Amino acid sequence: MFLINCPFCGERDQSEFSSGGEAHIVRPKQPTELSDDEWAEYLFMRKNIKGIQFERWNHVHGCRKWFNVVRDTSNDKILSVYKMGEKPPVNYK
Amino acid sequence: MPNYRIHKTEYIDETKRVSFKYDGKTYFGYEGDTLASALLANGIHLVGRSFKYHRPRGIVSCGAEEPNAICQIGSKKDLTEPNVRATELELYEGLEASSQNCWPNVKFDIGGINNFISPLIPAGFYYKTFMWPKSFWKKVYEPLIRLSAGLGKSPTEPDPDIYDHKHVHYDVLVIGGGVSGIIAAKMAAKNNLKTLLVDDKKILGGSTIYQNNESIKIDDKLSSEWLKNEIQEIKKLSNLTIKTRTSIAAYHGYNFLLAKENLTDHLPEEKKKNKIRQRLWKIRAKKVVIATGSIERPLVFNNNDRPGILLSNSINKYLDYYGVTCGENIILFTNNDSAYETSISLHKKGIKNIIVDLRKSASSKLIKQAESLGIKIYFNHVVTNTFGYRKINSLEIMKLSEDGNTTIGDKIKLSCDCLGMSGGWTPMVHMHTQSGGKLDFRDEDQVFLPKENSEDKISVGSCNGDFDLENIIDKTVNKINKFLDIDNQDYQDTNIICSKENDKRNIWLLPNKIPLGKTKCFIDFQNDSTAKDIKLALKEGFRSIEHVKRYTTTGMATDQGKLSNMHALGIIADTAGVKMGTLGTTTFRPPFTPLTFGTLVGRNVGKFFEVVRKTSMHEWHVENNAEFENVGQWKRPWYYPKNGENMHDAVQRESKAARDSAGILDASTLGKIDIQGTDASEFLNRVYTNAWSKLAIGKCRYGLMLNEDGMVYDDGVTTRISENHYLMTTTTGGAANVLSKLEDYLQTEWPELDVYLTSVTDHYSTASICGPNSKKILNKLFPNLDLSDENFPHMSFKEEKLENINCRIMRISFTGEQSYEINIESKYGHSLWKMCIEAGKEFNLTPYGTETMHLLRAEKGFIIVGQDTDGTMTPSDLQMDWIVSKKKYDFIGKRSLYRSDTIREDRKQLVGLLTDDPKEILEEGAQIVSDIKTKPIDMLGHVTSSYFSPNLNKSIALAVVRSGKTMKGQKLIIPMENKNINVTVSDTIFLDKENKRLNA
Repeated sequence: MFLINCPFCGERDQSEFSSGGEAHIVRPKQPTELSDDEWAEYLFMRKNIKGIQFERWNHVHGCRKWFNVVRDTSNDKILSVYKMGEKPPVNYK
Repeated sequence: MPNYRIHKTEYIDETKRVSFKYDGKTYFGYEGDTLASALLANGIHLVGRSFKYHRPRGIVSCGAEEPNAICQIGSKKDLTEPNVRATELELYEGLEASSQNCWPNVKFDIGGINNFISPLIPAGFYYKTFMWPKSFWKKVYEPLIRLSAGLGKSPTEPDPDIYDHKHVHYDVLVIGGGVSGIIAAKMAAKNNLKTLLVDDKKILGGSTIYQNNESIKIDDKLSSEWLKNEIQEIKKLSNLTIKTRTSIAAYHGYNFLLAKENLTDHLPEEKKKNKIRQRLWKIRAKKVVIATGSIERPLVFNNNDRPGILLSNSINKYLDYYGVTCGENIILFTNNDSAYETSISLHKKGIKNIIVDLRKSASSKLIKQAESLGIKIYFNHVVTNTFGYRKINSLEIMKLSEDGNTTIGDKIKLSCDCLGMSGGWTPMVHMHTQSGGKLDFRDEDQVFLPKENSEDKISVGSCNGDFDLENIIDKTVNKINKFLDIDNQDYQDTNIICSKENDKRNIWLLPNKIPLGKTKCFIDFQNDSTAKDIKLALKEGFRSIEHVKRYTTTGMATDQGKLSNMHALGIIADTAGVKMGTLGTTTFRPPFTPLTFGTLVGRNVGKFFEVVRKTSMHEWHVENNAEFENVGQWKRPWYYPKNGENMHDAVQRESKAARDSAGILDASTLGKIDIQGTDASEFLNRVYTNAWSKLAIGKCRYGLMLNEDGMVYDDGVTTRISENHYLMTTTTGGAANVLSKLEDYLQTEWPELDVYLTSVTDHYSTASICGPNSKKILNKLFPNLDLSDENFPHMSFKEEKLENINCRIMRISFTGEQSYEINIESKYGHSLWKMCIEAGKEFNLTPYGTETMHLLRAEKGFIIVGQDTDGTMTPSDLQMDWIVSKKKYDFIGKRSLYRSDTIREDRKQLVGLLTDDPKEILEEGAQIVSDIKTKPIDMLGHVTSSYFSPNLNKSIALAVVRSGKTMKGQKLIIPMENKNINVTVSDTIFLDKENKRLNA
């Protein structure tokens, strides 16, 4: 059970959060101009990395804010937490 | 009655005699006893029959590792517990316990015949035997196996005990209250760290607390005396919490641990009443110190399972802690020094004992001490067989060859009434591995040890492979100082004198002249697996320890192989000729010892099992005989049976009344989201498929919401209350998810939009009145409101007061009838409802539930998201292309509506179905086909909604059918178990296609 440091509320138990999958997938601004393949790339394709992964979490039973998390999926360590719209920390690339 | 309690100890209160029943017979023990120690004091070793061969078995250990002495506590239907370890169960007045797995009783057990046919039931017996004929499995084999399987009996009625949960946070958690745990806890707490120390026993001190050997001293005191002082000191520390009778069940990631605290299991019945029985601690610790100690290993030789054969150190604890001797003529069989401590203790109390030692010689201080006391020692000898049916009475020993592979010389027969065995010590690495830690193997004494410590977790003491007291204390102090980054000097001058073990010799399977096939060298006592079984598994090709374990069931009993796993591994390694360290271990899974369901569930039983949401009209529904349906967490009236009506009759009556005169529905549970902000219109444009910018203030509009993949997600009516203020309704079950989804887009994709979302579902109660007389009822309730179709047309909204309380009234319809939804602040919901009922009396205003609502909307062909859709339906599949804006540049899911897959013409599409026999009602979920002759039968789709319509006097149904849009008028077949139903594809709207009733 993770302890997640919500950037708005502080450390809370994982049970207060829901996971929103991979982060930094931007919804295309002009979907109508995309081919089926390009749209499918946005819609379906996710990395599912073993190692350092950037992902979205929602403090759904708390402040209801969405934010980003850097997590090492191989040992579940959360390395960094940052707000939506902020640039991902560069040292984990 | 024999009395094996031979001296007083400070842990047994001889002034408090306790009577208890075991297998129906009354015995006496003292406060401080466990059931096991009290039985031993009464001379009882035989406590059960083994699982497979039904061999007599006795108490083996004095703790959590006990494989044999498991018993059934109590006999009440609601208060009985199986598989309780007698070695851990504290004795209390009135305790009733019985042995398990034997019939008619433990001394004479019919199943004992299995022992004599044991050559016929080797490892994998069930897999090999019950293979054919195949038809026998279900009717013959399985019922028989089930009859003989399992240990003990489960209660058959709900558990009346109270259980509790507690969430705690600590800087440091110390698991285990032996020497190293006590030192670690003291160091942490004295350094101002908020510390929790847990131990599963009644008192702290581990195995040192009863240590009384003069050659082991700390600061010139007996180690036990020194430790008692330490315990007195830590009890004074204000930021140290000590929890005894508390065992860690699981160690999860992020230092999240579960512990079970026993609060009343040791109390007599009358003192247990109305008290919390067990408490589950949910612990978050910044740092965890694992000091769980180690477990003594048995030795594997022929007939090593007879009652009277115990672990050597357990004999010592029964003697020095409980004052009970396990026999009067004891033999200790060992491969290490620790049995010598037992021997010396026994000698001191005048108990005759001799030692059989595998090692060729040994020279530590302890051994010299034993020798000087004149204790007879057989070095380089091995026990080859034991005798005695219900209890050991003698054994044979032989000399070991130089390489230890065979026995040589003559058999020596020795008589005894008890045998202590010691095969060395296994560090308890359960906690370390449960938390994700890896293990290393130390060849020197054949133990698995924690491979690494991290900044938030450390293992100290004998669970880390540090065995003698000097090593334990020095290393613990150094490690804790580093781990906590402190500089504690308390133990700098501690002077420790102890014996150091110099000689080791480990043989996993002891040699014997008798062929292995004819021996019974038990490895797992509880599951009755032997060395022979392990070897057989290897011979049959099993290599992985995980496979051997499952094939032989070694380590799979309720003790989870605490005594057996290492021997299984050792024998596999020896047989396969590989190094033990390369084999790995089986997985250490939580819980460490079994937990009751009650502890896990805590207070969340009965009505606290799940949250129940009730509308403010709920009491009225109850008073008026409503049957309820669970919709999400909501209790919604399902139908209101009158005069003994069944559901069908009630629904037919309600449906007819709603169309003939008036019906009223509690619609409070629909999700309501308040949307405000200057970009609210733009936001709705993006989340719904249709256009919203031009919706006039005071008007309502139906909207369909898609997922980004183009599939229908939710629907509902949204009202524009003012320029920048909308009220969205969602489906009852979808409310929370819709809000989350909308928040997601607002926060992550469109943060530039000025929009605020608030859930107001619970803030408003809603009464929905429909039917041709609804306007008249509204007029009675709101006489000042102009209800004319010109002033208040369909799909519009008014605010009006009802006795000074503001109401929001929407003229919207889910039934196809003229219909008004009156929303009022929730606290007035009940009054509103009663006023509606009163006003509607003269018009036969009929309350109806969700079933009638479903029927009425189906007559009109309105979909229910989640019933007629399943996450694979596009608006076009639902024949709802009309609601998808062609002009809007983008909305959620738009691009997906013309992917190659979503524009396929042979997708499943929503259609109406009419049965050829109008009385025949289809089953929802029934499959639809067009041809039943060609096999395999091609499935075209399934029925999603089906009712008998009283207003049309015929059966109607909605269904999804492949290419259904083009099939109107076509005949299809619904094959059922005993008949084929003929149906015709129809339009989805069955009643009032022209919408005349909306303005009637």
